[in-house]
Amino acid sequence: MSLPPLAQPQYSQGEPLLRLEGVSKKFGTLVANCDVDLSIHPSEIVAVLGENGAGKSTLMKMIFGVMQPSAGSIYWRGQRVQISSPAQARQLGIGMVFQHFTLFETITVAENVALSMPGTPQELAGKIREASQKFGLAVEPHAPVYSLSVGERQRVELLRCLLQDPSLLILDEPTSVLPPTAIESLFQTLRGLQERGIAILYISHKLEEIRALCQRATILRHGRVTGTVVPKDETAHRLAELMIGREIPRSSHPKATPGEVVLKVSGLSVQEADPLAVGLKNVSFDLREGEILGIAGVSGNGQRTLARALSGEDTLPPSGQGSIEMLGRPVGHLGAAERRALRLAFVPEERMGRGAAPTMALRENALLTAHGEGMVRRGMIQREKQEAFTLKCIADMDVRSSGPAAPASTLSGGNLQKFIVGREMMLRPRVFVVSQPTWGIDVGAAALVRQKLVDMRGQGSGIIVISEELEELFEVADRIAVMFDGRLSPSRSTALTTPEIIGQMMIGLFDAGLDTAREAAQ
Amino acid sequence: MSFPGLTLIPRTRTTPLQVLMVSVTTVILSVLAMVLMFSLLGAEPTTIFQSFFIEPLSSGYNIGEVVIKASPLILIAQGLAIGFRAKVWNIGAEGQLIMGAITASLLPIWWPQSDSMLLLPAMIVFGALGGMVWSGIAALLRTSFNASEIIVTLMLTEIARQVLYFLLTGSLRDPGGYNFPQSVMFPDAGLYPIIGTGAVRANASIIITLLMTIGCWIFVNRAFAAFRLQVGGLAPAAAQYAGFSQKQAIWLSLLISGAAAGLAGMGEVAGPIGRLQSMLSPGYGYAAIIVAFLGGLNPIGIFFAGFLMAIVYVGGDIALVNAGIPSAAPVVFQGLVMVFYLGASLFLRYSLVSVFTLADVKEPV
Repeated sequence: MSLPPLAQPQYSQGEPLLRLEGVSKKFGTLVANCDVDLSIHPSEIVAVLGENGAGKSTLMKMIFGVMQPSAGSIYWRGQRVQISSPAQARQLGIGMVFQHFTLFETITVAENVALSMPGTPQELAGKIREASQKFGLAVEPHAPVYSLSVGERQRVELLRCLLQDPSLLILDEPTSVLPPTAIESLFQTLRGLQERGIAILYISHKLEEIRALCQRATILRHGRVTGTVVPKDETAHRLAELMIGREIPRSSHPKATPGEVVLKVSGLSVQEADPLAVGLKNVSFDLREGEILGIAGVSGNGQRTLARALSGEDTLPPSGQGSIEMLGRPVGHLGAAERRALRLAFVPEERMGRGAAPTMALRENALLTAHGEGMVRRGMIQREKQEAFTLKCIADMDVRSSGPAAPASTLSGGNLQKFIVGREMMLRPRVFVVSQPTWGIDVGAAALVRQKLVDMRGQGSGIIVISEELEELFEVADRIAVMFDGRLSPSRSTALTTPEIIGQMMIGLFDAGLDTAREAAQ
Repeated sequence: MSFPGLTLIPRTRTTPLQVLMVSVTTVILSVLAMVLMFSLLGAEPTTIFQSFFIEPLSSGYNIGEVVIKASPLILIAQGLAIGFRAKVWNIGAEGQLIMGAITASLLPIWWPQSDSMLLLPAMIVFGALGGMVWSGIAALLRTSFNASEIIVTLMLTEIARQVLYFLLTGSLRDPGGYNFPQSVMFPDAGLYPIIGTGAVRANASIIITLLMTIGCWIFVNRAFAAFRLQVGGLAPAAAQYAGFSQKQAIWLSLLISGAAAGLAGMGEVAGPIGRLQSMLSPGYGYAAIIVAFLGGLNPIGIFFAGFLMAIVYVGGDIALVNAGIPSAAPVVFQGLVMVFYLGASLFLRYSLVSVFTLADVKEPV
């Protein structure tokens, strides 16, 4: 997995405002950041780019003094510093706007600001008005926070930072909460701040934004820096590759013989209760028996909501938009148990705690979803059936464990995944939804899981594979659709598309390569 | 927060022996702390220990008293444990006990001269229903409005108490009772038969408790419903994934525990008390919460934990006379058990290790 060397960007005039050298952070045995180098100069907007879980937020929390690095040094204006608290970070001139708002909803804007600054709300109201004029951030100081939209709340967060007169501003996924119209005005504000000499660290996984806004981008993967680039000079494909971390492979496409439609989703829109989560926007697709539909996309673009809506863990509200039909009957209102009774099976992306109860033995975890396979009679558990099922699942999938009594938490991620996939396959589903089938598991286990998926397709199951790994989708899927920002692109036949095109669709360019695809079709 | 050189690491598994050790450690530390505490008040340590833990088992009468107190504690705790395993927190068993006592009392108060064989069984049914109605209110509010069952069951206890006072000073008062807030004495047909001879007051309600214990043991070990409840408690996301209904878990947990508490209330009025009166229980409903946890939420463990707690209740009465210890002693002991249990159970979920034994991880995982 070696990548070609990168040209170092020519943007290092003068002394950096902030410089990190070899910064690492460990939580127990988990490594969130490893040997990270990063620098930023005044008047510079630097992106920190990475997938969810790449260690972006942890890194920012160390700069802002919320956490202390386990190793490495931080230099501020050339001086080595230990930032032991956010208060100290503010004193140095570092301000941060968190992804999750830190405002009290029941009190006013000015009162919220007064909590983090000296001065009464009355005195601060004047300052807030003044600053909101200066920076073009319209905010009414006496409005209670609960009455504000998310865009306005973010302006309050931003203003509160700016009132402290920072020289470095950290923004953690600022656009994840904003409607598209508000994003452009945020960018204008940020460019204005840049002109005033403020440096901005901009955290995101949205490539297009970074290309529009940032002079440099430092890319993180699995807690390590994989490159520092000038985003304007790189193709979206190249950035995606650095972020996802492998050369995107060519397809080796299997043949399918699809039958009747087993799952039909039409115009499905779901609003998430959490304003920070991406919901679903008018998602439609068909799934036929005997085919595998791949759903690609960077995680955090609505895949989670889609999986929950398909599995029945979240049922559609009666007033909700769109419909889900399984085997010709509407199932949107049915819960997970009822959909499973119609022979739907599902492998969630979280194995521990969702796909399996961690402290329970494998045989108990078999009972979890396979209880309909004769394991329960007159309300009582049939131990022999349960044991036989568990043993068969362990043998079929080559699950390495100490046996049916082993608690799920004692298995490695790959072995637990094999167990869960095996359990769900043994239910002989008509519709099989698999989310991130090979996330974080070793190559051998991944190959086995993929092979089993292809085998199941041959036996007539309709399969949906939701995955971030293009390699995987090109290997198993017959068609690929892409999720971005809650929308699902039309699907493309795997044979008629390329990883480059899908890669561009993953950053929102749904029309990418349509011409090429048409040519190829002809 | 951390101590230098030591850190807590989550355990991946716990063995039944570890669960047992937590309870044993809790009891030992609680006993030591109690003896220490009352010695500081000037009592002789050996007298304290003797009064609390030896004398309650020293005579037939005292053992009978222990059984009388153990029976409601175990009965209630068995019901509560089913809910606790599902993380449904009914902490208002005291109120359900009062409602069970009231509803069961309606029958003998209506027919004070009855000698029907059916009176006692009917009271058992009424007692259980009374408790279920009261806990059912909490289940209804939780499932329809997401009102915390912790708050609702606790508040309903106070309401139950006021309902009891209202009825005892009104329609259920003994007309020939000189205006005391109590009902008529129940007929013999409305009382549990006494087990034992002489002054021993232990009665057949212990049979109900034994049946409940056996029933809970079978339920926990064999029933699919118990499995669903347990998954809901251990891994809520897994329960949702499998399609186990949370509403059903809440109803089932609260109705079973309400019925058990109602039965316990019925057992008091149809047992040692013999009538409905304003003082029904020395806090059995609350003590049973501690019994359930001390028993490791296991039907067999609860059985022994209930007896231990009952011994301390009886021992408290003895120590009041022998060692001049305040009558609040049993409650102090319950408090100590709770504190030590919470402390000790931390080590069920985490193990304490030296930071130096942790591998110095360089590679991301």
